[in-house]
Amino acid sequence: MEPIIKVENLWHIYPTGNVTAVRDVSLEINPGEIVGIIGQNGSGKTTLVKHFIGLLKPTKGVVYVNGKDTAPLKVQQVAANVGYVYQNPNHQLFARTVRDELAFGPGNLGIPEDEIEARVDQAVKFFGLEDFLELHPYRISFPLRKLVGMASVYTMRPDVFILDEPTTGQDNITTQTVYRLIKRLRDEGSTVLCVAHDMILLAEVVDRMLVMRGGDLIMDGTPREVFSNHEIMSSTHLTPPQITTLSLKIQEKYQSFNKTVLSIDEMVSEVQKSSQS
Amino acid sequence: MTETKPLIEFKDVTFWYGSTEDQPALKNINLTIHEGDYVALLGLNGAGKTTLQLCINGVIPNSIIGEFQGEVIVDGNDTFETPVREMAKIVGMVFDNPEFQLSQMSVGEEIALGMESLGYSYPDMVKTIDEVLEIVGLTGLIDRSPFGLSGGQQQRLSIASALAMQPKILVMDEPTSNVDPIGKEEIFQVAYQLNRERNMTVIMAEHEVEVMAQYANLVVVMHEGEIVLQGTPEDVFSNVELIQNLGLRMPQVAAFGHDVEKLGLIDLGGQYPVKLDQAVETYGPLFNKKAG
Repeated sequence: MEPIIKVENLWHIYPTGNVTAVRDVSLEINPGEIVGIIGQNGSGKTTLVKHFIGLLKPTKGVVYVNGKDTAPLKVQQVAANVGYVYQNPNHQLFARTVRDELAFGPGNLGIPEDEIEARVDQAVKFFGLEDFLELHPYRISFPLRKLVGMASVYTMRPDVFILDEPTTGQDNITTQTVYRLIKRLRDEGSTVLCVAHDMILLAEVVDRMLVMRGGDLIMDGTPREVFSNHEIMSSTHLTPPQITTLSLKIQEKYQSFNKTVLSIDEMVSEVQKSSQS
Repeated sequence: MTETKPLIEFKDVTFWYGSTEDQPALKNINLTIHEGDYVALLGLNGAGKTTLQLCINGVIPNSIIGEFQGEVIVDGNDTFETPVREMAKIVGMVFDNPEFQLSQMSVGEEIALGMESLGYSYPDMVKTIDEVLEIVGLTGLIDRSPFGLSGGQQQRLSIASALAMQPKILVMDEPTSNVDPIGKEEIFQVAYQLNRERNMTVIMAEHEVEVMAQYANLVVVMHEGEIVLQGTPEDVFSNVELIQNLGLRMPQVAAFGHDVEKLGLIDLGGQYPVKLDQAVETYGPLFNKKAG
């Protein structure tokens, strides 16, 4: 399978202040993969993913999206394949109504009117935006505005969906919508890159995690591998979900138990196995 | 346990932002908070957490227009009759977005701002600034621009500015929602130390239930303007179905206990561990059958 994103020895040095934001990173992402990108603020996560949509160009190295070198491409040329949902929806939304916001992307891609309408209707139902369609995006609450940001990228049906901190500032109800979105994108075969600090979300939805620290890609593994790597977790000040930590602590105490769980359900089935043995 | 005098009392408080024809933002709130309590306010966005917090420093009903019924007594003051500037000496506020709160050219000036408006002398201000910077771990950054700080540092500066007024109560509204994991850890640590070492009363609205279960001694759950549950973390998080029906998350270790109890694999009498250490003790033996 051809990787949908291929990064070769990428460096990014911001011209102001000579900060090396990404240092010699190489990686490949295959179509359909659900990947979490974690690390502290300033570790290079957002800088890295902005190369995938052409918002940033490499200082050194090459980034390929769908086999094409992004360096000579304009953002609009990449955006047909890659959708980017900003962490702060205020940086993304500009239309006069929520409805216009959702229709703008596909309109720009030359999608026929009736198809746009169908996509907008579907997005409205999925994200629960029925009551807000005619409102200005800035008149609705911040968590809902974030959902509008996701919905307006979803209507473009990009092959690659990049979510930057989708659950920050959200409560559990809107967070559940983000879970459903990622699961749906998985079912539809999209590639999802999720930059996030929300370990409970990542533990349940991603197949693979990239860990960034100070511009370096320091680990590329499954959530189970990442969470059970003490050195990686403590050096990045990241905390696994509480249920994962519980399983790790029980492993320390009872050598007969050796499973690193990612969810409550997994932990429950471990108890069931143990009670049957 | 000795009964101490309440520091904060809400008596039948109902508040409407608009007219009484609209849905009230707070409905029949009765809540007693004692000195030294660490209170976790939980609820969905729009549940009334921020509105309740604004009643503690008297911004409601004094500065925000609306209809107010009932009584809020804070450290012996009826907030309806006490000017907000007086309340500011008792109650420090920290909001979710530090950039909305910070305005000055340097860290030192930021902290001095509140003291200036209350007429502190210059030597007193200098001494206090040093003290509060040390408490929040920002010593040495006095001349830095607030806007060049990390999110966690900005929030700790907001805490320092509040502390400069020597309040008894620190009210924090989702203080970690805009910062990264290091910043979160820093803010939770500072709040915990203020509570433990200085007996500061902390009232924090937060979505991080695991952290709140670890630190708070009183958990208050709000829904559509009402308090639906209040008590110790262990008591509140024994109401698993109610909490989940409200759309709220349980601490993972408590939700796990509930699930295994339902399957008949453990008997916890409906009370689940809410802290990690308790959970390791309680559940460890379940996984040690083979060795035993």
